[in-house]
Amino acid sequence: MADQRRNSEHRPSPEALLEAARREDRRVGKLRIFVGAAPGVGKTYEMLQQAQARKKDGYDVVAGIVETHGRRETEALLTGLEVISRKSTPYKGQILTEMDLDAIIERHPQIVLVDELAHTNAEGSRHPKRYLDVEELMSHGIDVYTTVNVQHIESLNDVVAQITHVRVRETVPDAVFDRADAVELVDLTPDDLIERLKEGKVYVPKQAERALQHFFSPANLTALRELALRRTAERVDEQLLSEMQAHAIEGPWAAGERIVVCISEDPRCASLVRYSKRLADRLHGPWTALYIEGRRAVQLSEEDRDRIADTLRLAEALGGEAVTLPASNRNIAEDVIGYARAYNVTQIIIGKSTRSRWFEMVHGSVVHDLVRRSGNISVHVISGDQLPGQPIPKKTVRASENEVFDPLPYLLAFAAVGIALGAAELVNYWIGVENVDLVFLTAVVAVAVRFGLWPSLFASLASALAYNFFFLPPIYTLTIADPHNIAAFALFTIVALIVSNVAARSRMQTVAAQSRVRAVDALYAFSRKLAGAGTLDDVLWATAYQTALMLQVRVVLLLPSNGSIQVKSGYPPEDTLDEADLAAARWTWANDRAAGRGSDTLPGAKRLFLPMHTGRGAIGVVGIDSDKPGPLLTPDQRRLLDALMDQGALAIERVRLVEDMDRVERTAETERLRAALLTSISHDLKTPLASVLGSAGTLRDLAGKLTDAEKVELLATIIDESERLNRFIANLLDMTKLESGAVAPKLAPHDLSEIVGATLRRATKILQSHAVLLDLAADMPMVRIDAVLFEQALFNLLDNAAKYAGAGTTILIRTWRDVHSVSLQVIDEGEGIPPVELEHIFDKFYRVQKMDQVRAGTGLGLAISRGFIEAMHGKIEAANRRDRNGAVFTITLLIPQEQPHLDAVA
Amino acid sequence: MSAPLNVLVIDDEPPIRKLLRMGLNAQGYQTLEAPNGKTALELLGKSPDLIILDLGLPDIQGLDLLRTIRARNERVPIVVLSSRGDEAGKVQALDLGADDYLTKPFGMDELLARMRAALRHQLQTHGERPVFKSGDLSVDLVRRIVKVRDKEVKLSPKEYELLRILVQHAGKVLTHKFLLGELWDDLTDAQYLRVYVRQVRQKIESDPERPEYILTETGIGYRLRASD
Repeated sequence: MADQRRNSEHRPSPEALLEAARREDRRVGKLRIFVGAAPGVGKTYEMLQQAQARKKDGYDVVAGIVETHGRRETEALLTGLEVISRKSTPYKGQILTEMDLDAIIERHPQIVLVDELAHTNAEGSRHPKRYLDVEELMSHGIDVYTTVNVQHIESLNDVVAQITHVRVRETVPDAVFDRADAVELVDLTPDDLIERLKEGKVYVPKQAERALQHFFSPANLTALRELALRRTAERVDEQLLSEMQAHAIEGPWAAGERIVVCISEDPRCASLVRYSKRLADRLHGPWTALYIEGRRAVQLSEEDRDRIADTLRLAEALGGEAVTLPASNRNIAEDVIGYARAYNVTQIIIGKSTRSRWFEMVHGSVVHDLVRRSGNISVHVISGDQLPGQPIPKKTVRASENEVFDPLPYLLAFAAVGIALGAAELVNYWIGVENVDLVFLTAVVAVAVRFGLWPSLFASLASALAYNFFFLPPIYTLTIADPHNIAAFALFTIVALIVSNVAARSRMQTVAAQSRVRAVDALYAFSRKLAGAGTLDDVLWATAYQTALMLQVRVVLLLPSNGSIQVKSGYPPEDTLDEADLAAARWTWANDRAAGRGSDTLPGAKRLFLPMHTGRGAIGVVGIDSDKPGPLLTPDQRRLLDALMDQGALAIERVRLVEDMDRVERTAETERLRAALLTSISHDLKTPLASVLGSAGTLRDLAGKLTDAEKVELLATIIDESERLNRFIANLLDMTKLESGAVAPKLAPHDLSEIVGATLRRATKILQSHAVLLDLAADMPMVRIDAVLFEQALFNLLDNAAKYAGAGTTILIRTWRDVHSVSLQVIDEGEGIPPVELEHIFDKFYRVQKMDQVRAGTGLGLAISRGFIEAMHGKIEAANRRDRNGAVFTITLLIPQEQPHLDAVA
Repeated sequence: MSAPLNVLVIDDEPPIRKLLRMGLNAQGYQTLEAPNGKTALELLGKSPDLIILDLGLPDIQGLDLLRTIRARNERVPIVVLSSRGDEAGKVQALDLGADDYLTKPFGMDELLARMRAALRHQLQTHGERPVFKSGDLSVDLVRRIVKVRDKEVKLSPKEYELLRILVQHAGKVLTHKFLLGELWDDLTDAQYLRVYVRQVRQKIESDPERPEYILTETGIGYRLRASD
């Protein structure tokens, strides 16, 4: 992701350029953030002061939402500013007021003031978070002034919590902070702040008074102030760096640090990720969150898997890269080191293990292995956050809850033990008590293999009790008399537990492997189908159909079109979107995030909309819904959907790229033709015109000095050149008709010989210095052609022959019939067509290049011939004579099935 | 010679009118000029002997003007000027009563030949010449004898009928529709006509592949070479 930064120290990095372009060009609103170390430092006050100054400068400034908390000086600053009234939303009997987003967009000021960036909106609002509102405002080209306290910045959340022992739940992603066009630190010394607090100038909610008393200790405030200063300084640093890179200024950036943080299902990994972000920021290096999917992955609960996915997503939200790799061997540390070496990682961050020494002795310790093998790579072992209840940002799409408890396997396990008991009685009767335990073990194994761990543990317990109760004396009690039997019983229990564990694990792995194979098979089939789809419609249909089929949902696919986003395909195809759905789809497209059912934005919509991505950016939006109530997708299905959409998006992009390439080629071809047309028109129109004008002018001005022979010659020139001009214009007209699709052949049965005769009569003049030989078959059937078009096509062939074969040579016209077709050939005695030119000879404005002279052709005649012949469903080909030099043009026409029978009429 | 013939030239292009005026005057015709349909209809009162009509006029559709002129005067020969590629327009004009057509650009000699054919036809319809001669071909319309290089040629009744109609309008183009209408009352398919034309050509042309007498006007019809 950030490799580019390092490769091109002297050239402007593309990333930096893009970033700069984004800031300078697109009319997206600018974001100015007023950062404070703690509440009460005067952010809102500062913001209002600047707003008033802007207003004086003539800017259109309105207050979207400003929390004055009743402070008089602050309220005074609001006077003169237009305040957008808040929107009231009834919620559980209360009336909650929130910023009226739509009213502001409608009002469309130049600058809007939005206090408290980290605010969480009331349920039912469009966005759960106010910073999302702000992004939407900016996307409408409105500049936003906003305020935030440093403890609300995502990556500092842990640090602040550690300092103050107060965890703030409302956080703003670092990306929002980093993207701000201006960040202003509103600074106040801790002493002054405490003074203001004492004076009652700091708003403190009643219920939090005691906690906040602690919060406002001088030590805390100093630490927070330092954090705020440092974070702001870092941002300024980044800005400078980006600026320097964009302008290719050499400088001391990026020493090549690269950080990898190892992720597991441990909830503390979120703090590791945040730590990595801070470290990466300080080192100015790219960073990656790495998850190695080992053997244990199949045993993870859905909750654990979701947590891993969320942690990876958190890394992406913080600007890192998220990578998941399958474990290649037993030792996870080796995989981590392998990845680190492959990507020139300099620092590895891993959480401190909380496992017992016993566990580590048995399973080995990843941390120890890592440190032992890391070589020159630094390994940071971090304890992680000790505070309980850290909030990982909830994933945007909620999956369904864990499976409900199903009693059936337990009942069947119980039944299996019952059957084993019956069998054991028989064994006991016939063989003896020694083998009874094996019968029970068989039942335990069977249950483990069939139903998994918990039912098999249940079966183990039941078997142990039954074994004890029915077979170990004193029987029919749960006591055991013989110490031998106590050992036997203990061994039985242990063996049963181990067997059920092993069998259950192997079953789980089999099931997981099977489901993975199924998913891979399905994806493979899907990708094959996509590869076969040639058009965009096919790709969209395949994607919609496969997704609908595999996830048992209804699917719509929307692609951008004319600046908006429109339904392009869906399954079932007749589905339509209502307004709420369309709004959610549009929002997803505009903001590149999920919206609709089960998401945080516009959850009222019927469908869930997700953006479709490729590496090059957003492609479209997919909307899914189903008739089932409750969550749309299980976690597995959600992951499958991601995979399907990735493939679909790639296929759509592939088709688009092909289309783009075609368009580029067509444009190039059009350009070539345009150039040829201009050359042709300027040459072929002006040359004869020059002759005509010159000759006529000479006749007029010098009539007295010219001999009669000279006058006749000049007049002949005028007539010849005018006729040439006339032919050229006729050709241009024919070509225009062909190109505009205005050629509609009136097909009727015709005798080719008759048209040959008529054409020859028309071509008398151009053929006057050539001999024309006819070899027309006598048994020619009628063919369906348009006589006028055919005559012109033939005329052009004769014209071409007359031009390229020298005077005095013979032109042969042959016709003959085959079983299903008739052919006509025009054969000349010229030099023939150079082999490389054969395939271009019918192209528009194509003339065979001659060394000595430029022929008087227009480069249109043969193109028109082909156009006309093909319009009559015929075929025309060019070749060279074999017996001698010369070109052969062959027209082939199919004989119509029904020949007219005319004898009856006579 | 009797009084010079009066030719009405209807064309909106001054250079074309000038050209026609000079060419026709040099051949002993008198000219009337109309740059538009309105003037043309006024000049019709001067009873021109022949009309040259350009189909592309600024005020009236050429074909409409043609129809109006024919409604007022059934006799006057009309030669239509048109552009190439407009076969349908030419056929329509001929079917509406034009005597012949010329494709722009055209040569003066060609125009004069067409005019002569049109005028001759007008005269012939009054006093039919009993024997038609053109090159080696002679057709005795009274005795129904067709000779090529003085050798009699046997024609079927239908073939003779075709040749007779062509002879009666020698030098003038005849549309498929006209010929079909004359030969068969109920047939409209030009391919029957083509079959008979081919048969007649086999009998009267020295090289039927390059006919000299019955000329094909592609997309329009046939024309018999004018008499000597």
